[in-house]
Amino acid sequence: MDLNILWFILITVLFVGFFFLEGFDYGVGILLPFIAKDDASRRVVINTIGPTWDGNEVWMLTAGGAMFAAFPNWYATLFSGFYLALFLMLAALIVRATAFEYRSKHETSQWRNMWDWVIFFGSVIPALLWGVALANIIHGLPIDSHMTYTGTFFTLLNPYGLVGGLASLSLFTLYGAIFINLKTNEALREKSKSWAKGLWIPAFIFVILFVLISGTATDMYTSRLALIVAVLAAISIIAAFFLIKANRSGWAFVATALTIVFMTVMIFAGLFPRVMVAVETANNLTIYNASASPYTLKVMSIVAAILVPIVLVYQGWTYWVFRQRITKDSSLNY
Amino acid sequence: MDVLALARWQFGIVTVYHFFFVPITLGLSVFVAILETAYVRTEKEVYLRMTKFWGKLFLINFAIGVATGIVQEFQFGMNWSEYSRFMGDIFGAPLAIEALLAFYMESTFLGLWIFGWDKLSKKAHAAVMWLVAIGSNLSAFWILSANSFMQEPVGYVIKNGRAEMNDFFALIGNAHLWYQFPHVLTGAMASAGFLVVGISAYHLLKKSKDSQAYQKSMKWGMTYGFIGAVLVIVLGHVQMQYVMETQPMKAAAGEALWETESPAGLSLFATIDQEQHKNGINLKLPAMLSFLAYNSFDAQCKGINAIQAEYVQKYGPGDYIPSVFWAYWMFRLMVGAGFLMLFIGIYVLMKTYKNKYDFSPRWLKILIWSLFLPLLGHSAGWLYAEIGRQPWAVFGLFKTSAGVSLATPAGNVLFSLLGYIVIYLLLIIADVFLMKKYAIAGTEALIKE
Repeated sequence: MDLNILWFILITVLFVGFFFLEGFDYGVGILLPFIAKDDASRRVVINTIGPTWDGNEVWMLTAGGAMFAAFPNWYATLFSGFYLALFLMLAALIVRATAFEYRSKHETSQWRNMWDWVIFFGSVIPALLWGVALANIIHGLPIDSHMTYTGTFFTLLNPYGLVGGLASLSLFTLYGAIFINLKTNEALREKSKSWAKGLWIPAFIFVILFVLISGTATDMYTSRLALIVAVLAAISIIAAFFLIKANRSGWAFVATALTIVFMTVMIFAGLFPRVMVAVETANNLTIYNASASPYTLKVMSIVAAILVPIVLVYQGWTYWVFRQRITKDSSLNY
Repeated sequence: MDVLALARWQFGIVTVYHFFFVPITLGLSVFVAILETAYVRTEKEVYLRMTKFWGKLFLINFAIGVATGIVQEFQFGMNWSEYSRFMGDIFGAPLAIEALLAFYMESTFLGLWIFGWDKLSKKAHAAVMWLVAIGSNLSAFWILSANSFMQEPVGYVIKNGRAEMNDFFALIGNAHLWYQFPHVLTGAMASAGFLVVGISAYHLLKKSKDSQAYQKSMKWGMTYGFIGAVLVIVLGHVQMQYVMETQPMKAAAGEALWETESPAGLSLFATIDQEQHKNGINLKLPAMLSFLAYNSFDAQCKGINAIQAEYVQKYGPGDYIPSVFWAYWMFRLMVGAGFLMLFIGIYVLMKTYKNKYDFSPRWLKILIWSLFLPLLGHSAGWLYAEIGRQPWAVFGLFKTSAGVSLATPAGNVLFSLLGYIVIYLLLIIADVFLMKKYAIAGTEALIKE
C-alpha cells in the first residue's frame, strides 16, 4: 500500500471521527432552543457537551490540516471552489464557538436568548453544509484542467447535494437528541426521548433517499465497499428506531453513530481513488495528482503514527471523567 | 479593488484581529498555571482566588482566539489557492502537526480544566492547566515554523512546479524560526503581564476589597511582564541583526534607508517619498544604525536602491521595494511600545519589590491603559514582518500576487471580507463587555461560584 492510499484512509478516519463526535454536538446545538425552554434546563443541555465540544471540533481542523499537508491540490480546489459555502460555515463556527463560552457569563435573558439562537444557527448551518459539500464532491463538479472549480455557490445546491445536506442535518439532529437522552435525567430525559422518536422519521427518510439516489446520481456503487456500508447504514438507521422505542438509549446512540460512520465511509469508499469528482473525467482530482511529495507523506505518516494514538487516549479519558449524567444540581460551567 | 487587494486586506484584517487574542492566550495560560501551582504548593486561598479570577479572563479571551483561528487555517485554501498549491507540500505539514499536537491538547485539556474543578485532584487540575499552556505555546511553534519558511525558505527543492520539502529537520531547525519563536513567546509574556498589571491597577485605584490578591497580582504580573519586555527587546535586537543579513530589503525599508551609508545614522523621524526614493525630513542619530546592526560605529549599511538593483540582477526586472512608509513606522511603533513597557516595568517593580503599592491615581490610570501597549507592539511587529517581505509571499521564491485564488470572483472576497468585519466587530463588543464585567467584579465574585 502506498502512502497516498494511507493518507486517503487517514483523512477518511478524521472525517469519520469528526462526524462521530461533532455530529451530536451539532444536534445538541440545534435542539437547544426547542427542547429546553427555561434557562436552567438550557444550561443542562449545553453542559452535556460543555467539556468536550471544543476537542471534538479539532477533528475538523485536523482533517483540514491533513488535507493541506497530504493533498494540497484537494485543499486548494475544494476551499477556493466552495468559497461562499465555506465562508458561511466558518462564520457559523466562529460565532458558535464564542457562544458556548459567553452565553452563561451574563445573567439577562436577552443576552442568553441571543446566544442560544447563535448556537442554533451556528450548529444548523454546518450540519447542513457538510452533507451538501460531501455529496457534491462525489456527484461531479465543474473543474477545469488546471484543477480550478468553475461553478458557483448555486451549483452546489443541486437536488443530490441538498438531499445529502438534509441527510446530514436530520441525522445529526437525531443523534443530538439521543445524546441528550443519554446525558440527562428526569424531564429532559423524557423530552429528548420523544424528540428522538419524532426526529427518527426525517433521518430515516433522507438517509434511505440518499443511499438510493446515490445509485443513479453517482458511480459510487462501483465500489463494493461503498455498497456494503450503504446497506449497513440502512440497517443501522432502522435498528435505531427499535432501540429508541425499547428505551435502550445507549444502543440507540450506537446505532445512530454507526449510521453516520457508514454513510461517511460510503462516500469516501465511493470516491476512492479520486478526492474530487469532476464532470469531465479527465479533470478528476485523485490521490495521486492532488498529493504532496512522497517525502512529506512519509514525514506526516511518522508524525501521525506517534500522535494520533496519544490524542485518542486523552480524549477518551476526558469522556470517562465526564461520564456522569448532567442535572440542574451539577456544577454548570456553561 | 481587485481580488488580490481584497484578499490581502482580508488576510491582514483577520490575522491582526486574531493576534490580539493569541498573545494573551499564550502568556496568560502559563501565568494561570503558575498561580495554580502556587496554590497547590502553599494551599493559600489567595492563590486560588487569583487562579480563578485570571483564569476566567483567560477563558473569555481564549474563546475568541480559538473561534477566529478557524478562519486562519482555511483562508489559505479559500483566498490563496495558488499559494496553497505551490507551498502545500511544505506549508501543510506544520499546520497539520499544529492541529494534531497542539490544538487537540489545548482544547481537550481546557475542557477538563473548566469542568474538572470537582472531578480532579488539586494536583491533577493544576497539571491540566500546564498542559493547556504547553499546548497553546506549542501551537505558536508550528505556525511560526510555517511563517519562518516564508521569511527564509530552507529544506526544500523546486520540483513539479512547486516547492517540495526535502528536509523536515531543516524546516524546524530554520534559524529564522529560532529567532522568531522566542521573540513571539516573550512578547506574549509581556501581553499577559501588562493585562494583569492593568486590571490590578484598576482595583488598587478603586480600593477594592481583596487588595491582597491585587497587590500580589500586580507584583507577579509585572515581574512576568517585565521579564517578557526585557527579553522581547533583546531577542528582537538579535533578530533584527539577523534580518539585516537574510532580508536586507526588509531591514533597509524599516529604516527608510534609501542610499547605502557608512556609517549609517539611525532615523528617528522621517517623511517618506516612496515615488522619488527619498525622505523629506529625516532626523537621525549619527552612526547609530551601523552600531545597532553590526556592533560597529563605522559599518556600512546597504540602502534600498542598491538592494533593488541587486534583486533585479538576481530575480529579474520588477519592483522589490515594500511600502517603506509602513515598514518604517510599524517598526518604530513596535520598538516604541517595547521601550515604554520596559520603563513602566522598571518603575513598577522598584516599588512593588519594596512592597509599596501607593501609586498615584495618575500612575494607576497609566498602568490600566498600558495593557494595550504589548498588543500594539505585536500588531506593529507583525505588520512590519509581513509588509516588509513584500512583494514576496515566500522570500525569493514566490510572489504574493501569484498566490491568489484563480476562479474566486472579487465579489465573493468582498462579501466574506465584509462578513468577517461585521462578525468580528460584534465579537469584540461582546468580548470587551464580558472582560470588563468580570475584571471589575473582581476576585471575590468568583469564589462564590
